[in-house]
Amino acid sequence: MQLLGIIISLLGGGVLALMTGHRSPVASRWLSLASLLVASMFYTSLWLDSTHSLSTSLWTMHTDWPWIERFGIHLLLATDGLSLVLIGLTLVLGYVALLSAWHEINHRCGLFYLNFLFTLAGVVGVFSALDLFLFFVFWEVMLVPMFLIIAIWGHENRRFAATKFFIYTQASSLLMLAAMVGLVLLNQQQTGLWSFSWFTLTQTDTSGSMGMWLMLGFYVAFLVKLPGLPVHNWLPDAHTQAPTPGSILLAGILLKTGAYGLLRFVWPLFPDAALAFAPIAMGLGVLSVLYAAKLAFAQNDLKRLIAYTSISHMGFVSLGIFAWNHLSLQGTVMQMVGHGLSSAGLFAIAGLLQQRLHTRALDQMGGLWALMPKLATLSMVFALATLGLPGLANFIGEFMILLGVFQIEPWAASLAALAMILAPVYALVIMQKGFFGMAVGDKTKALDLNARELLMLGLLVVSLVLLGFWPNLIFTVTAAPVDSLMHLGKGG
Amino acid sequence: MHQLWLIPGLPLVGFFLLVLGHGRFTRSLARLIGVGSIAIAALITLWVALDFYSPGAAQTYQVELWPWLTAGELEVSFGLYLDGLSLSMLFVVTGVGSLIHWYASGYMWQDPDYQRFFAYMNLFVAAMLMLVLADNLVLLFLGWEGVGVCSFLLIGFWYQDPANGYAARKAFIVTRVGDTAFAIGLFLLYRELGTLDLPSIMVLAPEKFVVGANQPTLIATLLLAGAVGKSAQLPLHIWLPDAMAGPTPVSALIHAATMVTAGVYLIARTHGVFLQAPDVLLAVAFIGLFTLLISGFTALNQTDIKRVLAYSTMSQIGYMFFALGVGAWSESIFHLMTHALFKALLFMTAGSIILALHHEQDIRLMGGLRRQLPVPFWCFVIGSACLVALPPTSGFFSKEAILNASWQLPVYGPWFWAGGVLGAFITAIYSFRLLFLVFFGAEKVQPHEPKGWQFHPPLIILATLSLVAGWFVLPTGDVLPSSPAGHPPMWTIVVAIGLPLLGIGIAYQVYVRHKWQGLRLAHWQRLRQFWFQGFGFDGLYRRLFLTPFTSLAQVNRNDIIDGLPTLLIQLSRFLHRLFSQLQNGQLRAYIATLASAAIIILALAISTVGK
Amino acid sequence: MDNQYIDHAIILAGILFCLGLVGVMVRRNLLFMMISIEVMLNASALAFIAAGSAWNQAEGQIMFLAVITLGAAEVAVGLGLTLLLFRHHNSVDVDQLNKLRG
Repeated sequence: MQLLGIIISLLGGGVLALMTGHRSPVASRWLSLASLLVASMFYTSLWLDSTHSLSTSLWTMHTDWPWIERFGIHLLLATDGLSLVLIGLTLVLGYVALLSAWHEINHRCGLFYLNFLFTLAGVVGVFSALDLFLFFVFWEVMLVPMFLIIAIWGHENRRFAATKFFIYTQASSLLMLAAMVGLVLLNQQQTGLWSFSWFTLTQTDTSGSMGMWLMLGFYVAFLVKLPGLPVHNWLPDAHTQAPTPGSILLAGILLKTGAYGLLRFVWPLFPDAALAFAPIAMGLGVLSVLYAAKLAFAQNDLKRLIAYTSISHMGFVSLGIFAWNHLSLQGTVMQMVGHGLSSAGLFAIAGLLQQRLHTRALDQMGGLWALMPKLATLSMVFALATLGLPGLANFIGEFMILLGVFQIEPWAASLAALAMILAPVYALVIMQKGFFGMAVGDKTKALDLNARELLMLGLLVVSLVLLGFWPNLIFTVTAAPVDSLMHLGKGG
Repeated sequence: MHQLWLIPGLPLVGFFLLVLGHGRFTRSLARLIGVGSIAIAALITLWVALDFYSPGAAQTYQVELWPWLTAGELEVSFGLYLDGLSLSMLFVVTGVGSLIHWYASGYMWQDPDYQRFFAYMNLFVAAMLMLVLADNLVLLFLGWEGVGVCSFLLIGFWYQDPANGYAARKAFIVTRVGDTAFAIGLFLLYRELGTLDLPSIMVLAPEKFVVGANQPTLIATLLLAGAVGKSAQLPLHIWLPDAMAGPTPVSALIHAATMVTAGVYLIARTHGVFLQAPDVLLAVAFIGLFTLLISGFTALNQTDIKRVLAYSTMSQIGYMFFALGVGAWSESIFHLMTHALFKALLFMTAGSIILALHHEQDIRLMGGLRRQLPVPFWCFVIGSACLVALPPTSGFFSKEAILNASWQLPVYGPWFWAGGVLGAFITAIYSFRLLFLVFFGAEKVQPHEPKGWQFHPPLIILATLSLVAGWFVLPTGDVLPSSPAGHPPMWTIVVAIGLPLLGIGIAYQVYVRHKWQGLRLAHWQRLRQFWFQGFGFDGLYRRLFLTPFTSLAQVNRNDIIDGLPTLLIQLSRFLHRLFSQLQNGQLRAYIATLASAAIIILALAISTVGK
Repeated sequence: MDNQYIDHAIILAGILFCLGLVGVMVRRNLLFMMISIEVMLNASALAFIAAGSAWNQAEGQIMFLAVITLGAAEVAVGLGLTLLLFRHHNSVDVDQLNKLRG
């Protein structure tokens, strides 16, 4: 029941925040924090229970209530180690995003926190729904509030960005819905039973061209979300225009739902089709890695630059998933967590800089180290994480992905490794233009971090370092789920 | 030996203290933490060494601190490994490191960012020690990248000047090219051998690889690329001269004594793989030889005191590569040690001069300093004598050993030897040119020598060590393969001693007595310019890589793929405009359209029914 | 009624319908347009009656009743709207009432 507790406390917190918001914005903030705390308590209990029984049972079942019996749709919520890690990431980044919203969001606070907490609840649902229909419902639940966050609280060009985001994701989720229904029909033809359950559908025989088309439907939907070349275009606009907490949620968590979908659905449901498609998907992954890294280098808008680095890092995820061996998959999970933490940090910093300097343009910054040494030092850590410095979580992810991919496609791994050269090129540009050099203009009013901001960024840095030196914290939890996914994905 | 983990641990603790206590510590406290942690690490190294040398002790010591990466077949531990080779490196890093820290505590005293400086320096030492002590290649890579980042941070330490930032980025990115090859080498090694554990690789490589086969050759080439990047050898050497933008103690510690020799250490550490790839070993020797000659020629007419020393460092590391390539493994590490001592000495002396002249680095503006700065002068003389390998300094012993070993090599031996001796000859000319220009001749400036317990004692200790280190015996014999046996003919030794002396003589004639002016490069402008710019590698790379990349990035700044959705948007806008023309609000026009459409449909219906 | 008369009745209904249509199209006054619409409605009602009697079916008359009801409702709503428009804009010229233009 802990999982329901998490989802309900987030949803309930959102409703309460909306109700108190117009009277007292402060109360709605604290209420959101409280609901996150309650959710975290439930999560801790879930973590303890699950890791305790890690060796005996793969899945922790939460609910399996009938919903629309006629089509075999159930409210089926279950978690394994993979879901557990990603839900944990969601909650941690939830705190970070909440802290970054603390003073940045000043109007319609109640509505903001409603959307914020509903997005989180949707993401938690996505990571734990094992009924495909329910998964789709949660998928939509997290999109709409996110759209509103960008459209209402975003920056100067928010309407355009929000619409672009919405059209891309809506069009792709329609594809996913169609593929889902197709898969269920296929299963119904084979077995005579209606079921949307993941556990049943993984037994469906999906070889043949039908399986390929259905797989492509899922793949495109998740590729848009990931995002990968050539459907990545919504991301730079959405990230740039979203308010800071929105960017943190988008980069840190929402992108991971795409990766999670590839892991959980594409391979296990369509092993043959995915295997046949893997070379193309890996090629696209390599292209994403390199192309986005090159684009990131040329940007002047800090948030846009970070957005492109996200695409580059997600290319690694795509590469790792389609190599489909134990090393690359474990690396992928690590990369998801690492990128979630580091990009959240970078976006938080971009937000802090924008609050202080009222610009996101790198050529308007410069010389900030002298004024804000704490902020600069923490930025350095995140920039180093982005460029894959060993000792921070991102390195573990990238290294294991490349190590795994190399065993299968040495050329793909070697090409993607070129990102190791391109990553410092863009990451150090941030440091050079933003923090080194002489100060441009009058920035004496710019203040260094206060305690709340230090807490927010410190949380991320500590997590990054912790996972960089003790990645087994995650690997021990995800080893068994990854193995079982791999087994399903091999089509046996 | 159980205290081994403290050696990298203490500098790391120092780093964390200095970072967390930012702005709260006094300078003295920062100095205490910064220098003290390294000094204690050096003492522990001594303690460990006593254990190591004690009779009956194991020749290797491996300890797993905690399992680092465990995924499927892959098991990488966070473990330390101590043998003769890593112990030698420990001596260099902690010993020279603590002397340089001591010196730096005085050199940087006036700097407003004193604490940040020592935080970086401590992190560097911790990373360097991890590199040296790692028991597997992934952990070695951690140290490898760690020192790279610290190098970046310290080159760009004075961040207000964009030129320093540029130099720092250049250093990081150019070495990162090598690092990438190194990483790919690791992937390949894991694929072939199924492990990245160093002792296992040393056992497995000779078993599984056929000498000269493709896999060991490819792996060794990739590892070599990593080493070349880190150690500033051809063709990835271009970052080191610019790296002199950092504070001088940084140049001494990172860009002379420790980090740049990591490539040598890497090759020595993975010699099991290199021995299976004789072609690559030959390439190592050639790279070393070319670097040593080219950077020697470049050093001949540099005007910045630190750049001369930088090129000389490249040249000396070239010697080490050369030694590795010709099979003089232990001699290479020995030269690494002696070079660390005398090059740190030279850099620190140069630092004292620069400080005395208020941050003036141009040697054309110096001169006649030997009377005003006697201690730096004598230290510089000792350092230069070591660099030129005059007997009986330490440099003599290490360089002689290398040249002797090269002579033994079949086929190319004498040629390699000749190249090495030519390098020694050039070394003599440029290092004494530097010495004479700075300390002899007319007095041009009035120096204010920095004095105190932080300046002279470390210099004097290092100078003494440089003189006597030739008699040290490093415990590398059991780890590394022995060098070719046999003795070269007597005349080779005479030539190897004589040529440097001749070089010194030429430098004396030209720069002190102002004779033989025809030999001055000033008369050959074009050649001088070419050499001055380091044989034009910078320009070449700019044209080959930098300009295409940046222009491509600028051209495609807005992402052409974004054009596709933009096209869609424009199409629907166009259609929107087209059709909104019809919606003109004229009720009668609507009715007319409606009626005419109805008539057309009716007409069509009637005509088809009729048939 | 005999079958032969149906042609006449339909032709009359057609002429009336066309007159109404032309009226709607050419008049700019809303009131006249409504009268024209009424003419069109009644033309179609006439066609129903004629057809119903020709085939001896009651539906024709039922439809007539429906059309009359429709017409009455249309006039009631239409006149009400016209009155309001006149009060607001002081005009019942449709060419000026094009605020809903796309």
